[in-house]
Amino acid sequence: MQIRAASDRSLLVSFSEELSPQARLAVRRLTAALAGSRSIWNLHPAFTSVLVEFDPRQHTHAEIEELVRHHTRHAPEQEPAPSRLIEIPVRYGGAEGPDLEDVARLHDVSPHRVVELHSSAEYEVYFVGFSTCFPYLGGLPAELATPRLAAPRKHVPAGSVAIGGGQAGVYPLASPGGWRLIGRTPLRLFDPAGEPPPLLRMGDRVRFVSMRGSQ
Amino acid sequence: MNRIHVLEAGAQTTVQDLGRFGWAHFGVSASGAADPLALRAGNLLVGNAENAAAIEMTLVGGAFEFEAGAVIALTGSDFGAGLPLWTPIQWKAGGVIRCGATHSGARCYLCVRGGVSVKRVMGSASTHLMSGVGGHALRRGDILPVGDAAVRRPRRAAAMPPFLRPGSLRAIRGPQADWFGEDLYRGSWTVTEDSDRMGLRLRGDPIPSPQGHMLTEGVTLGAVQTPPDGQPIILFVEHQTTGGYPKPANVISADFWRLGQLRPRDRAAFESVTLDQALAALRETEEWLYSL
Repeated sequence: MQIRAASDRSLLVSFSEELSPQARLAVRRLTAALAGSRSIWNLHPAFTSVLVEFDPRQHTHAEIEELVRHHTRHAPEQEPAPSRLIEIPVRYGGAEGPDLEDVARLHDVSPHRVVELHSSAEYEVYFVGFSTCFPYLGGLPAELATPRLAAPRKHVPAGSVAIGGGQAGVYPLASPGGWRLIGRTPLRLFDPAGEPPPLLRMGDRVRFVSMRGSQ
Repeated sequence: MNRIHVLEAGAQTTVQDLGRFGWAHFGVSASGAADPLALRAGNLLVGNAENAAAIEMTLVGGAFEFEAGAVIALTGSDFGAGLPLWTPIQWKAGGVIRCGATHSGARCYLCVRGGVSVKRVMGSASTHLMSGVGGHALRRGDILPVGDAAVRRPRRAAAMPPFLRPGSLRAIRGPQADWFGEDLYRGSWTVTEDSDRMGLRLRGDPIPSPQGHMLTEGVTLGAVQTPPDGQPIILFVEHQTTGGYPKPANVISADFWRLGQLRPRDRAAFESVTLDQALAALRETEEWLYSL
């Protein structure tokens, strides 16, 4: 575990440099242990790390680091959350998936093959973050890993189904973003008038289902 | 009950408090006042708790009519209302506060004794424009009730603090600072037109931005995110909660108010400071607020 200052009011706690089930579990445990803690403003879980934001007028970085170490030492064995399987319908390609052709070209396969690979895998929601309830999905077939765009798009439509590096995701709301867009779902992942949690939560399993059949 | 009638909304006018904390693990960032110092000071001057909701105006202000008398304060930048800034003012029933285009920075706050009373979503009155959490920008015809957030008498500031003037953005090392040289601090940057409450996009000589092995990780307000094109983006109040671009630096808390006052086409420069210097600067701003 590595702990360093990310700003004058936050610490970045990294459990590993590489994705692993152990790191994922450590992230979930620390997030659960610190959620609602009076000393903490916000928790930002990710693949193998948690950013802990706190009030720098009340606590030093050393105090929060000690709190984190205490919880990682004494984290209770956490029951895995009930695993739900959620199917997400997708229209792949065309105007709704403007990067499908590029992704296919980068991997030297047909767009049809990209859709086949993408919709045959089962994914797990590793964490929810980025821009308002964005689910980060593990389980993307390695053949589909594609670098992010060199400069993020200023406008990505809501429901866009995307690939960023070795990760899959869905944009819950229109926002800027640097991932490759291969399709779009009509499902609403997040309702701004409602309270969280969003449709997809940490630990859920996800499948994508093509709405057009073969491309 | 007193109410404020929005006669003109201005360019981007929203209700803000200090933000919506505790939801980042669902991907909801805090939002809140873009210039938190001006909001807090304005609230303290009219006798509110510092977190009361107020009206935030951006670049071009609105016109607001009060049904009944009220104590108000305008803080932040001068939007040409013809009223003194940073001081409590007894405002009369039926009176209209009419703001125009800014004469200085990007934001002006209209604080009212009692606070603006709007429905809280997830514990905060703040508007998060990008997601629609907490509502949307104000429109002509909107009516805002005045609340009961007053906790003491209005006060005047003894003096304006010396730190409240234009200056560079002080920053401490970010999580990937080792990947970068000093180019960020040497560069002269221009705030671009497509900056918003999510991020302040800077343009200048691109800085070398090595994209090493990096997993998406949590990011925080003021992070200087640097994509491969070498043009930094300062994550702002409606920032994403996680990101995959490396971050050479993070603007210090004491200078967040400067971010809220940067306008498109303004120049910006960074100054490297240590964590201890950052915390000392924060104490300085807090001590001034305590003195109000």
